[in-house]
Amino acid sequence: MSADRRGPVSGPHVSGPEGAPGVLLYGDATCPRCQLAVLRLRAAPVRLTWRHLVLRARGPRPRALAGALEAAGRQDAFWPVLDAVVADPSRTEDPDLWALARRLGLDVERFDLDRRDEGTTAAIAADLADGLQAGAVGTPAIVVGGGAVEHGVPDDAWIDALLQRA
Amino acid sequence: MAIISAGSAVPQLTLKNEDGSDFTQEDLTGRTTVLVFYPFAFSPVCTDQLQVYEELLPELAEQNAVMYAVSTDASYSQIAFKEKLGVTIGQLSDFEPKGDASKALGAYFEPAGMTNRALVVVGPDGTVAWSHLASSPGELPGVDKVREGLAAVTA
Repeated sequence: MSADRRGPVSGPHVSGPEGAPGVLLYGDATCPRCQLAVLRLRAAPVRLTWRHLVLRARGPRPRALAGALEAAGRQDAFWPVLDAVVADPSRTEDPDLWALARRLGLDVERFDLDRRDEGTTAAIAADLADGLQAGAVGTPAIVVGGGAVEHGVPDDAWIDALLQRA
Repeated sequence: MAIISAGSAVPQLTLKNEDGSDFTQEDLTGRTTVLVFYPFAFSPVCTDQLQVYEELLPELAEQNAVMYAVSTDASYSQIAFKEKLGVTIGQLSDFEPKGDASKALGAYFEPAGMTNRALVVVGPDGTVAWSHLASSPGELPGVDKVREGLAAVTA
């Protein structure tokens, strides 16, 4: 595949109604706490932004999944892929990702090339650098309204408080 | 217990390297050293902290700085912890007499009998350049804190 078939670098990855309270989540799609955070925040009336916090020490899968998410984003399928990973975190090996891409109607060849290319690597590295600079010391790391980084999984009380502040 | 302050000479202390050899205050000279005190191997919060700090190692190397993680765990536990985490940060054990070095640096949490969450940056001259004690063991200093400590050495 030639480079000119690739889409632009994907992101920022934002979901939820415009005007809703914003929540920036630095996450690792392989991290169970991040998966739970996504489940809860996706179900809440918030404007969720996902950025990657991929740590080398956690091995190759976090990077592989982040790459898959970026590649999916180039085909406007970031959230469907993240939702699928969160819904079934035991199916995130490469054959699972290819099957998922096919199921979502993505160009699988392009998806597979995009997830490994330099633009994807740079985007993931930039997210990490920003997350660490923001004060993230683990995943999930959550920032609301430019405030201090919070760690932990948002629960109903946390989300209610956020909505009341808005 | 107050953390050792900037400008102080590092007192006499003896920790254990991963190979069982002694690590003393004399090993804190000649380059910048970042000592990361963490409460317990295998505790979830410490897991996150060291994996995040691992990302800083290239930056430290560029500044002729090295990082060590210190706890009161025995070296065998620390090594297993390090391997589980996939990190390369060297481990120093303050196991016996328990916490002596951490106490000497003000990085011991008496109520729980464990190392407190603290950072101590020692300059190449063996003098403490910067230190930080978390308000509680559950509070994790981010990489911004480590960078603040490194900047104090060159300031």
